[in-house]
Amino acid sequence: MKRASKLYTALIFLFLFAPIAILLLFSFNETKSLSVFSGFSLKWYRELFRDGDTLESLKNTLILACSSSVIATVMGTAAAVGIDKLRSKYARAAINTVTNIPMTNPDIITGISLMLMFVFIGGRLGLSSSLSFWTMLMSHVTFCLPYVILQVLPKLRQMDPALPEAAMDLGCTPMQAFFKAELPEILPGIVTGLIMAFTLSLDDFVISYFTQGNGFQTLPIRIYSMTKKTVTPKMYALSTIIFFVILALLLLSNLQDERADNRLRQSKHNERR
Amino acid sequence: MKKIATLLLCALVLGCFALLSGCGGETLTLNVYNWGEYISDGSEDSMDVVSEFERWYEETYGVKVKVNYDTYDSNETMYSKLSSGAVSYDLVIPSDYMIARMREEDMLLPLNFDNIPNYQYIADSFRGLYYDPENTYTVPYTYGVVGIIYNANVVDESDTGSWDLMWNEAYSGQILQFNNSRDAFGTAMYKLGLDVNTTDRAVWEQAQAELLRQNPLLKGKVMDEIYNMMASGEAAVGTYYAGDYFTMVDNQADNVDLQFYYPERTNYFVDAMCIPSCCKNKELAECFINFMLSREVAIANAEYIWYASPNALVYEDAAYQEDMGEDAMAILYPDIESFRDNYNRYAFRSLDAETLALVNTLWEEVKLN
Repeated sequence: MKRASKLYTALIFLFLFAPIAILLLFSFNETKSLSVFSGFSLKWYRELFRDGDTLESLKNTLILACSSSVIATVMGTAAAVGIDKLRSKYARAAINTVTNIPMTNPDIITGISLMLMFVFIGGRLGLSSSLSFWTMLMSHVTFCLPYVILQVLPKLRQMDPALPEAAMDLGCTPMQAFFKAELPEILPGIVTGLIMAFTLSLDDFVISYFTQGNGFQTLPIRIYSMTKKTVTPKMYALSTIIFFVILALLLLSNLQDERADNRLRQSKHNERR
Repeated sequence: MKKIATLLLCALVLGCFALLSGCGGETLTLNVYNWGEYISDGSEDSMDVVSEFERWYEETYGVKVKVNYDTYDSNETMYSKLSSGAVSYDLVIPSDYMIARMREEDMLLPLNFDNIPNYQYIADSFRGLYYDPENTYTVPYTYGVVGIIYNANVVDESDTGSWDLMWNEAYSGQILQFNNSRDAFGTAMYKLGLDVNTTDRAVWEQAQAELLRQNPLLKGKVMDEIYNMMASGEAAVGTYYAGDYFTMVDNQADNVDLQFYYPERTNYFVDAMCIPSCCKNKELAECFINFMLSREVAIANAEYIWYASPNALVYEDAAYQEDMGEDAMAILYPDIESFRDNYNRYAFRSLDAETLALVNTLWEEVKLN
């Protein structure tokens, strides 16, 4: 029984990581082939850093992911605080449902409807091209928003509602009470929301595909457009780098969590004594 | 700590916007929309055509140019973006049938050939093609011919030479067919000597029967998966564009010997540069077209893409011919003189909606069987 469960776990990990391992391996291949590994070389990494267009689209992707995740986090946190303060249970449930719709909506519907709206408004305003970086930013903020709200709301629920009241009792203005007492309490939720929004925006293809404007091409779209000819191994190299950067970020944030947990346990332990 | 974090965030957001709003000054912009991987981009010591143009323009005219170079994956993507007015580009490079459609819908501007003196180097056979009979809207960029690729270690030499190889039972389970209706029906229709642009239902059904007969022999229906399946020896017979054959040869495994031939009738395509009606700087776009036709640039592109070029500066260039090798030249440029006749006779044209629907239904039946 125990062996079976180990085997099962091993299988799951195999399925999860085998594709990435293969990608990693072939990013070091000497030739373009996906069937023969002819020799170790850093050629594709060199090619990647010489390819101005790909680096440009990487830059675009990062700019978009950074700005949309920050905006979505600020707006989402404000929205979550507002929803939490609602007195009526029904209003709260209604707003919760509405904010969840974009999350459960298939990306392709969100993408097409956003494009239609931008084109419609752009046509009314008489613009020669209605899609631009700004429309893409708006779209990304739109689909990241519910994820942030979803991360922040539970933290607000967990928080002792007396906390901001106590702060105000001690002389804080409502603003100060929020920033000094509430915010630190819900910060873990905000950070998780930010990271989630960032990764969602980073790898979004469908919505970007429909709302992309002139001169601002993101990486997923660029890679997709390579399918007329073959996708070059430069992209394997790029994906390998991205994979390791994300891995490092994850490890770092998990380590931080672990430490915070330990500290919490320690302090509780001390209290009991 | 919190203040620092807030400051950092603010700086980040501001920085992003600053990067976007650009540096100001007198800079022209040229928005180019092209297929992915369809221009020499500086990799593997090739020429970076886009930045070369920016450099050359500033040197020649003393004005800075920023080229926004975006890519698309299919003619249809490009068409839907442009026709909805969602984006505006100054130069696009679609395929022939899409050009015909865009011309009919008044989406193209006539070119001023005074600004494109290098057009004189385009071979005569590439003038007066059906999509632009008066040569007013387009300058051809690349062209290609569909041929048959086979692994000479598996396929017997005597079986080659015609479309029959794709229906040969001796290679059952090793044959690859196109995974799109137009190209797949094309193979059957060329084999039977039928008109690929017909509106006659019976003719399409005849081709469907031929495809159904081929079905049990197929390893699969593929598009760009064919590169790896042929190169690794997984499949022995396939059909694709001549230029792409060389990419497969480049990557073939040790026990694979890929060869290529043209069957009796086949499909041709031409991708051409044209200026859409949403263009904001027509003169600059024409200047770019002319630049793309100049000797070094055109050769760099042809060597990067591996498709044939209609530009005499390219195919008559001794260094280019040597780089390609005799075999490759023979395959890429089979017969330039008769190109126009073959092209206007055999190449795919856009079908009317009714025929298109019929073909798609018939194709679904082929796929389900």
